[in-house]
Amino acid sequence: MADITTLHYLVVAAALFVLGVIGVLTRRNVVIVLMSIELILNAVNLNLVAFSHMWGNLHGQMFTIFIVVDAAAEAAAGLGILIAFFRNRETINVDEIDLLKW
Amino acid sequence: MFLNHIYLIPLFPAFGAVMMFFFGKRLQKATVNAVCVGAVVVAFVFACFTVVEYTHFAHGTGHPFEKVVYTWLGSGDGHLNFVKRDGTSAAFNVDAGFLLDPLSSIWLLFVTGVGMLIHIYSTGYMAHEGGYYRFFGYLNLFMFAMLTLILANNYMMLFVGWEGVGLCSYLLIGFYFHRNSASTAANKAFIVNRIGDAGFILGALTLVWYLGSFRFIDINAAARSGHFAIGDPILTAAALLLFVGACGKSAQLPLYVWLPDAMEGPTPVSALIHAATMVTAGVYMVARSNAVFVLAPTAMKTVAIVGALTAVFAASIGLVQNDIKRVLAYSTVSQLGYMFLALGVGAFAAGVFHVFTHAFFKALLFLGSGSVIHAMSGEQDMRNMGGLQHRIPTTFKTMFIATLAIAGIFPFAGFFSKDEILWQTWSSEGGAYRILWFIGYGTALMTAFYMFRLMYLTFFSPSRMSHDVEHHVHESPKSMTVPLVILAICSIGAGWLGWPHSLGGSDRFEKFLEPVFAREAVVLVEEGKSAQLAAGEKESEHTDNTEYVLMFLSLAAAGVGFAMARRSYLKAGKDYVEPIEAKAPALYTLLYNKWFVDEGYDYVFTGRRKIGDVRLGVMGAGEASSWFDSKIIDGAVNDVGWITRAVSTLSTWWDKWIIDGVCVNGPAILARMLSYPARLFEWGLVQWYALVMIAGLLGFGVYYVWK
Repeated sequence: MADITTLHYLVVAAALFVLGVIGVLTRRNVVIVLMSIELILNAVNLNLVAFSHMWGNLHGQMFTIFIVVDAAAEAAAGLGILIAFFRNRETINVDEIDLLKW
Repeated sequence: MFLNHIYLIPLFPAFGAVMMFFFGKRLQKATVNAVCVGAVVVAFVFACFTVVEYTHFAHGTGHPFEKVVYTWLGSGDGHLNFVKRDGTSAAFNVDAGFLLDPLSSIWLLFVTGVGMLIHIYSTGYMAHEGGYYRFFGYLNLFMFAMLTLILANNYMMLFVGWEGVGLCSYLLIGFYFHRNSASTAANKAFIVNRIGDAGFILGALTLVWYLGSFRFIDINAAARSGHFAIGDPILTAAALLLFVGACGKSAQLPLYVWLPDAMEGPTPVSALIHAATMVTAGVYMVARSNAVFVLAPTAMKTVAIVGALTAVFAASIGLVQNDIKRVLAYSTVSQLGYMFLALGVGAFAAGVFHVFTHAFFKALLFLGSGSVIHAMSGEQDMRNMGGLQHRIPTTFKTMFIATLAIAGIFPFAGFFSKDEILWQTWSSEGGAYRILWFIGYGTALMTAFYMFRLMYLTFFSPSRMSHDVEHHVHESPKSMTVPLVILAICSIGAGWLGWPHSLGGSDRFEKFLEPVFAREAVVLVEEGKSAQLAAGEKESEHTDNTEYVLMFLSLAAAGVGFAMARRSYLKAGKDYVEPIEAKAPALYTLLYNKWFVDEGYDYVFTGRRKIGDVRLGVMGAGEASSWFDSKIIDGAVNDVGWITRAVSTLSTWWDKWIIDGVCVNGPAILARMLSYPARLFEWGLVQWYALVMIAGLLGFGVYYVWK
């Protein structure tokens, strides 16, 4: 069994990133879109942790903690907006969120 | 003592009126009698003492007594001024002041005296009527106003009384307000009087403006000062305006129309207000302003001519009327005409004398007719009377005396006063004035005729009463007959006060009044020297044979009138024919319909009747103004509105299409059109934007890797 190298981590992270981007681009449900954004963010986290391990210092891990907090805050704000929007329009379909479009 | 409290005289009846106003409804009839009749009795007694005291005060000089209670309008110290015609200022000062001189003494005595008798009479006459306290309240209010009128010392106070009696007249004519004819008659009286009142107030204020005082004494003194020329145009205008007022109140042509209709009121009211007292207010006012009238010969002529014409005109109508009260009403108008004839020829004392005697015999006639109506259970039509001579003897006897008096039979009261008027008409001016004598003489003949016609139809001729009425005929109660008897005594004796010199008397009445009247106008000639200018030989006292001839002629006229009436009506059965109707049917129709004056007024002044399609008069003016309002004013308004609408339509179009369309929306449309290509990039799908971004990123990545 070969060792798990940094490359492996990067491949998994890239796969997660691509899955997230595809989710963001194709799904119409905002909740799913938000979840996909979490996937992208976690792919980045994975990269940062992998590089931190590779370099043997804690900088990357520290960033990761920041990003996890940021993601939590983003999820809270995003879901709040979403609920407020649902109360007004009774939809969370991203195609129908077009009030600012002329 | 009485003289100093002269202001109490009007206040006694005022007290009665106030009591009736506040408490009348709750009072018993006996209490109403005690308060209202009592108030007038007290006023009469007080007035008698006052006049006695006044005669001591004046000592035969006729010096007026004046009592100012307080200053009513203006300021007592004369700080409130107005500008007279000549530019100088005079104090604007109207007092609640009272004036007693021979003229007002006479009025005071007969108004309170006759008023008292009529109050007593009314307690009997109105006993079975509703609104008893209301009637007496009005009557007392009338006494208050009339006494204010005659005791006033200035034109404004006189005007207060003048309007007050007009109001009471209105209230009492409309006493039976549930009857349409009564309320219409009341309105007619009030409205016609309003025309006269307008003339009066204009005339009085003209005098004030010209002579600088409201007080009679000042005005008469100024007019007699000799500073004004005879025929002074402003004084003439003022006198004529005052006479318009007198025409309204004293029922002269052309404003007499209200008086006959005023008979809708209860009979005592007709006696008190519309015969004895109120209607003589015009005579009083003219006599009061005599110094002004003497300076205005045109006005004097007008007064004389209007008086004479009224006398003959009303008498001619009275010849054929069938309603007993209407005959008396026209007789009153006619006698008032006599009084004005006397005033107009400068015989003021004779006119006042006739007022005095007339008050007694005309009040008696009205009260007598009231007694007849009472006996006949309300019947007023003489065609349904007859044969009452022995059924109601007291009424008959007293009325007969009054008839003799008004017809001018010696030695009853009317003989002296009427004869004096005719004699003065004949002698004082001469010339064309003698035509007026002929008119007056003809009137005397007619007077005798219609009065004896009334007597024959009512008392002598065979009974034409219906069975029911005949059954109920009864003599009136004592409360009614006693005043009749007293008035009958006065109707005999009142004339003796003016027993003329030619018949060996001393004419004390005229002597008493002498100080009040200006016989000649005093004018100022050049060099500041005053001179007397006799405007005709007034009230000549000398006796000559003409006077006896005239006296005999008027007696003869009365006799002829009597004989004609006797011949025509002594045997008037159930379907008698009026002699005038038989001889001259056209004339009869004319007279019976009162010369169609009311109809004429309806055509010309009220507009209740149309001439063809045209309506004249007040209603015509109303219609014309309504037409003008709806067609011209409203039309103009509507046209302006139409123009506004047209303009605003245009303006809207302009706003909508040019301002909004071209100027505002135009750039916007342009901007939209120009922005269209830009919009194509912004189609609104966020995920597409993200896809493009990622594609771009990939593009960059590939580019850099491959480079």
